Amino acid sequence: MELLQYALDNLGLLGTRTLEHISLVGVAVGIATLTGVPIGIAITQNERVARAVLYVASIIVTIPSVALFGVMIPILSLIGQGIGYLPAVIAVLLYSQLPIIRNTYTAIHNVDPALREAARGVGMSQRQRLRMVEIPLAVPVIMAGVRTAVVLNIGVMAIAAYIGAGGLGTFISRGISQSDPRQLILGAVAVSLLAIIADYALLALQKRLTPKGMAVSSATA
Amino acid sequence: MIRLDNLTKVFDTPDGAVVAADHISMEVPRGEICVLLGPSGCGKTTTLKMINRIVRSTSGKVFLDGEDTSGLDTEALRRNIGYVIQQIGLFPNMTIEENITVVPKLLGWDKQRYKTRARELMDMIAMDAEAFLKRYPSELSGGQQQRIGVARALAADPPVMLMDEPFGAIDPINRAVIQDEFLKMQAELQKTIMFVSHDIDEAIKMGDRIAIFREGKLVQYSEPDELLSAPKNTFVESFLGEDRALKRLNLVRVRDVISDEIGTVVGNDTLTTARERIDAHGYRDAILLVDDRRRPIGVISRDTTGSHQGYCRDHMRGLPAVVNLGDDLRKVASLMFAHDTTWLPCVDDNGTLCGQITQRDMTHHLGSRYRARRSAADSEKPVGS
Ligand SMILES: Nc1ncnc2c1ncn2[C@@H]1O[C@H](COP(=O)(O)OP(=O)(O)OP(=O)(O)O)[C@@H](O)[C@H]1O
Ligand SMILES: [Mg+2]
Repeated sequence: MELLQYALDNLGLLGTRTLEHISLVGVAVGIATLTGVPIGIAITQNERVARAVLYVASIIVTIPSVALFGVMIPILSLIGQGIGYLPAVIAVLLYSQLPIIRNTYTAIHNVDPALREAARGVGMSQRQRLRMVEIPLAVPVIMAGVRTAVVLNIGVMAIAAYIGAGGLGTFISRGISQSDPRQLILGAVAVSLLAIIADYALLALQKRLTPKGMAVSSATA
Repeated sequence: MIRLDNLTKVFDTPDGAVVAADHISMEVPRGEICVLLGPSGCGKTTTLKMINRIVRSTSGKVFLDGEDTSGLDTEALRRNIGYVIQQIGLFPNMTIEENITVVPKLLGWDKQRYKTRARELMDMIAMDAEAFLKRYPSELSGGQQQRIGVARALAADPPVMLMDEPFGAIDPINRAVIQDEFLKMQAELQKTIMFVSHDIDEAIKMGDRIAIFREGKLVQYSEPDELLSAPKNTFVESFLGEDRALKRLNLVRVRDVISDEIGTVVGNDTLTTARERIDAHGYRDAILLVDDRRRPIGVISRDTTGSHQGYCRDHMRGLPAVVNLGDDLRKVASLMFAHDTTWLPCVDDNGTLCGQITQRDMTHHLGSRYRARRSAADSEKPVGS
């Protein structure tokens, strides 16, 4: 009850922090999609390159976020951006690469060879094959990767409050430093809710983007 | 016209080089269907795919209508060749209309033209345009998808078609229907077609010529009747099977064997007349009864003419069966066995009597090829041997 009261009292702040959080994750995953999808497509051309890229991407994900921020602070300080928005976005961008690249790569790689042959047989160029057949068929799986990235990084972004990036994590960090369980719990609950809501929203989007003729929506990864 | 000149493919595999096609040279005349036939792994698919460069040839040349295709751009070449694959391969993200207009669109046709074409194609494959064009492939049965696969290949009216076991994925009954439809279409369209199959009966039915492959080599390239009556070696013989002479029954039509000499009676003839005619023609058991428009309606048996008096119309027995001029001998033989008879009346499409077909005539017709060959062989023997 006390918590609810606190939330209502700070509704304005909660809203601001939530928007901050969404925009941080949104920008970062947005950029990650713009880079990850082309990389995922490009590496289908060469299996060895693909393995190397996916290996690097999975190593990045294993770096704890705190450590990643630690590494970035001195580097980005050179341009006066050691803390705050930029390192947070870069961290999320890096973490997002793996699910997006991997799903894109897997989806394109797994397009039924018969369809690929049919596409070649009717005389499509490589670009036309990608645009007309392979990417449309891969969209559900790519979207599943984006979803994973968003949900994963809503959590990561909560930690970015420690480097002054703002967002819902601020409630948590203040809650801890001020020994105020109300703030702490409000932050935690808000982050979880946001993750769940984002997941559902993106699932709906994924379904809309799935080509109509594809009876079974592909596996979610 | 398709001409292959020493077309060869060597695959480099971890286990060494595999020669999938070994200096294949052959020619398919314009407007004909050539079936590539042979056991699994003999190189049929590889040979076919070298024509539209799905597989790159190691050496050798492909000519289409006399033109060496090696100078052509790959995409342009493929858009000019209809391609039907066994797995059908319709694009699941596209509607039926989008699927069958894919090549026209790639060729830059304007919208009006390819929309009209889509409807034409649906008519051609006997499917309802309104009902199907807006659907997706997953909403069609296997047989319908297969027809759409053929329509997609025909869309830009290419002179040449490549078909790799195109009807392999459908059940036997539907397959026979689609084969018939396809042959009817081909009779009009006159495409030059290479068609891969591993089913001898399909090859005999579809092929104007059949190419038998073995381990990457072209072993025999003949018309079906020639192939069945004169297999080149023991491999071809055993591949065609012990009953290969019987398969020739499929290739011969009633009109090729019919004898137009047949004695008949009408209802108003007396049994005595019937008896006289039976004797005059030397028939063993019966004579055919026809109506005033010469349509067979029954038979008068020899025994009846001996034991009864009166008019034929009162003493006729039912007709065992009649065959049509267009029926093949396989059907005729089957009917003869089923009705335990050695002859059957033959009619045209109006049901009018044209003559009869007898077991002797059939045996004689099928045997003539072997006889001709034997006497040719005999005459080649050196004198005195
Ligand atoms: N991409 C490839 N790499 C290596 N070897 C191949 C490749 N494609 C085909 N082969 C080999 O080439 C030979 C001929 O294959 P092909 O597919 O042409 O046979 P096929 O006559 O079509 O057989 P099937 O009736 O089974 O379809 C086989 O020995 C096969 O293993
Ligand atoms: Mg094959």
